[in-house]
Amino acid sequence: MYKMKKRDMILILGILLAAGVSYLLLGKNVQGDRVVIILDGQEYGTYPLAQDRELDIRSEYGYNRIVIRQGKVSVTEADCPDKYCVKQGETSKESKSLICLPHKLVVEVRLGTEDQNDVDAVAQ
Amino acid sequence: MSKKVARLGVFVALAMVFSYIEVLIPFHFGIPGVKLGIANVVVVAGLYLLSVPEVLMISVVRIVLSGLLFGNGVSVLYSLAGGMLSFFAMWLLKKVKGFSLVGVSIAGGVMHNVGQLMAAAWILGNLRIAVYFPVLLVAGLLTGSMIGLLAGAIVRALCRMNDE
Repeated sequence: MYKMKKRDMILILGILLAAGVSYLLLGKNVQGDRVVIILDGQEYGTYPLAQDRELDIRSEYGYNRIVIRQGKVSVTEADCPDKYCVKQGETSKESKSLICLPHKLVVEVRLGTEDQNDVDAVAQ
Repeated sequence: MSKKVARLGVFVALAMVFSYIEVLIPFHFGIPGVKLGIANVVVVAGLYLLSVPEVLMISVVRIVLSGLLFGNGVSVLYSLAGGMLSFFAMWLLKKVKGFSLVGVSIAGGVMHNVGQLMAAAWILGNLRIAVYFPVLLVAGLLTGSMIGLLAGAIVRALCRMNDE
């Protein structure tokens, strides 16, 4: 009863397969519930997706206007040269972030765990 | 009869001590509801040492008492859901034969997490928590293996003790 048998291997492989498949199916489409803004590697703030909000982020690198509306976040204005962040459109999923490279700005969507209290806004 | 009750009591007490140790050493995968489940060592070992009704009773009593002592009210529900699903899976695999003790334990570990996830989804009223499914599968696999190794060592030692 102690030695690993063939059925054990099948079980383990099956579990790993299920984990992989479910990850691919679930992970991609997960709607987040909060927006985390990271500026120059530091967390700038966390805001709920549920609440409409406009944020002007001004740093030594530049200016970006972030808008949370109807459960989605987007960068509506920026003074970076290519405005790639604005072109990225909107997101509400963990799998898609909005990034402004010249301004070192990352706008992520995350899903909170049950341990965290619902945040109204968290400014670091 | 009293001998049987005493023996079961010892097993339950042992499982509760393991639970308590786990409470003392916080272990997080960073995800809610993921624990080492060291107390399950007693259940897995019990499956190979005791009768099925006995082990079932040990498991239920341990979960309820530990939940009341170390957890909050709702946690008993999660634990019971996980514990019962885990027990059923382990009982099934053992009955079907062809799996090693570690294999049985792995199934138990995985189903324990699955059961807890399902209970959480039901209580929360939404399926968003299903996001954690893949991680919980792997976590269950890892903890199940560890617990299986421990339980196997215990069963082996006890059997050897009986033979001497």
